[in-house]
Amino acid sequence: MAKIVAVTGNEAVANALRQVDPDVCAAYPITPQTDMMQRFAGFVSDGKVKSELILVESEHSSMSACVGASAAGGRVVTATSSQGLALMWEILFIASGTRLPIVMPVVNRALSAPLNIHGDHSDAMGARDSGWIQLWSENAQEAYDNTIQAFRVAEHMDIRLPVMICLDGFIISHSIERIEYLEDEEVKLFVGEFKQLNPLLDMEHPVSYGPLILPDYYMEYRKAQDEVESKVAKLVLDVADDFAKMSGRRYGLFETYRLDDAEIGLVILNSAAGTSKDVVDEFRNRGIKAGLLKPRLYRPFPYKEVGEAMKHLKAVCVLDRADAFGGSYGPLFIDIATSLYPYREKPILINKIYGLGGRDYLPEHAEIVLKELVDVAASGTVGSVKEYIGVRE
Amino acid sequence: MAKTLTLKEISRKEVLLSPGHRMCAGCGAPTVVKMVLLASEYPLIAANATGCLEVSTCISDYTAWKIPWIHNAFENAAATISGVETMYRSLKKQGKIDKEIKFIAFGGDGGTYDIGLQSLSGAMERGHDMLYVCYDNGAYMNTGIQRSSATPFGADTTTRPAGSVIPGKTERRKDLTKILAAHNIPYAAQASPSHWMDLMKKVRKALDINGPKFINIISPCNRGWRSRTDDSIMLSRLAVETCCWPLYEIENGVTKITFKPKEKKPVVDFLKPQGRFKHLFKPENEWVLNKIQQETDKEWEKLQREESCFAPKE
Repeated sequence: MAKIVAVTGNEAVANALRQVDPDVCAAYPITPQTDMMQRFAGFVSDGKVKSELILVESEHSSMSACVGASAAGGRVVTATSSQGLALMWEILFIASGTRLPIVMPVVNRALSAPLNIHGDHSDAMGARDSGWIQLWSENAQEAYDNTIQAFRVAEHMDIRLPVMICLDGFIISHSIERIEYLEDEEVKLFVGEFKQLNPLLDMEHPVSYGPLILPDYYMEYRKAQDEVESKVAKLVLDVADDFAKMSGRRYGLFETYRLDDAEIGLVILNSAAGTSKDVVDEFRNRGIKAGLLKPRLYRPFPYKEVGEAMKHLKAVCVLDRADAFGGSYGPLFIDIATSLYPYREKPILINKIYGLGGRDYLPEHAEIVLKELVDVAASGTVGSVKEYIGVRE
Repeated sequence: MAKTLTLKEISRKEVLLSPGHRMCAGCGAPTVVKMVLLASEYPLIAANATGCLEVSTCISDYTAWKIPWIHNAFENAAATISGVETMYRSLKKQGKIDKEIKFIAFGGDGGTYDIGLQSLSGAMERGHDMLYVCYDNGAYMNTGIQRSSATPFGADTTTRPAGSVIPGKTERRKDLTKILAAHNIPYAAQASPSHWMDLMKKVRKALDINGPKFINIISPCNRGWRSRTDDSIMLSRLAVETCCWPLYEIENGVTKITFKPKEKKPVVDFLKPQGRFKHLFKPENEWVLNKIQQETDKEWEKLQREESCFAPKE
């Protein structure tokens, strides 16, 4: 029996972690993640979980301790945001390269400078090529559901890769929403027991973790890791199927919204997708065939599936809540463009950068973009491919 | 309570770092590691900071380690082993493991005094049941003899070479053992492979204490010290006998000097056989030699005073 509650995104994810009850959790405070780990620490203090908490002195040590704990042989979690994720960056690659199934909610926040504690996607985008699986979440319900599914994906014997669950800082982490919680017992059964392959703590079979691999075999090792990545999408769908059977909530690699017969479309991640869907509805009411695609599995990116879902469109705007400096386009735009490149017939693409450092994304922004797409689709021409929206001139 | 260590006992034990590793001939580190592992009465799991010891003992598909071993990165051996130890406590609490296991981290001076100091300080403060062993060869030897905060005053390194204007390192060493002792951990000590029984007794004692422990062990590097490969143990002995590397322990805040040279040798006895100090024997650098002697004397006096604070009252 599902339990319906009104909680914040952070509270929902903390509750998912309580239900999973990992063996070890490393935590270091950073806004807006802080209150998620505070809540989890409360569960530890009240004996509601068996987890041992490591209250580290930095995020670098947080991820380093997670690597040690995971290799030792058990289920391991941590959570972070922004500068914290940036500080972990070095060890993110070691966690994935060592094939350690660490699960980490990332409460998305802007990167400094200038210092800013509010939501955008710069942090997780900076870690998108670190070998971690990334599941993105529109709202607190999705963040909760993704967290529970993440363990099954991360720990699958064919995968054994770390997973980030991304949710928007403040907009989702600190807003109260209606959530359906699963029963503790259901979650326990769903995630199952985790048995680490070759744990350090198996004293009868001593293993060495973290060898030096020279040019003679380094490349084979990296290629093998890439092959693992190619198996992730199918597993994410299999786990989502099982999850749907239990919860009634169905997830895919991405969500399409009124996209099948659409002529123009938006691509947008996380919380702003909700706002955009409302505006898509308004355009539909006006007889304009608008649609939307919201990626969920962002890494490894399902290029083929996304390309297939979008190739019939006439014009598409990719909205990025992160910039990529150096004269580049937003990171999501680059991935969408890559998905569509193989097709002879493909939509015209434009890129809007929005919502940096917690700047509000309003229905009128989606409206402006969709209007522009109507013009682009009709004229077949684009003024400027990349533009900032909702910014003072 | 730990069994008293005897030569008979250790001569019968298996050496847990296999031969065939690729450390240089004459390197102090594998000798130090073998002594540390031999001294333990417990099954051990080790973490290793990036460095000479790490790159030379586990080159895929080979490993010299007969105990479970993990290398993560350069600056995080302490945080890494703290994670391993925490998982152990968690699984033990849950009844999934019952063995008594001890946890140890090895790092060079670069990975310990410098880049790994925060990680080490954090792990010590958190109170994990672990022993951190620093093998201190006084520079970043793995990358080619660059200056570290453990490099002695006056030493020639590749990033502070002795030149016509600058006579090598112009700063004093960081006193890491005291910094660790200031964490109020139950045990901190200095040791040398020349005094192997002292070293191994310290390790055995440390592993028997619950909580965070630290042992700083001098580890000659003939490449960086510009010395003969067969002089390593002799040099580590001279470091002790000149009081450049005093042997002591701080147990629950009580300082005890574990070896007092009958006759304190002049520091030049330690410096002379090493090419890294060769430039100090030019007439214009005599002041550097004098300063090293003065500082060494002062530190030795200070250490003796610290010990006398805890001496039983007459």
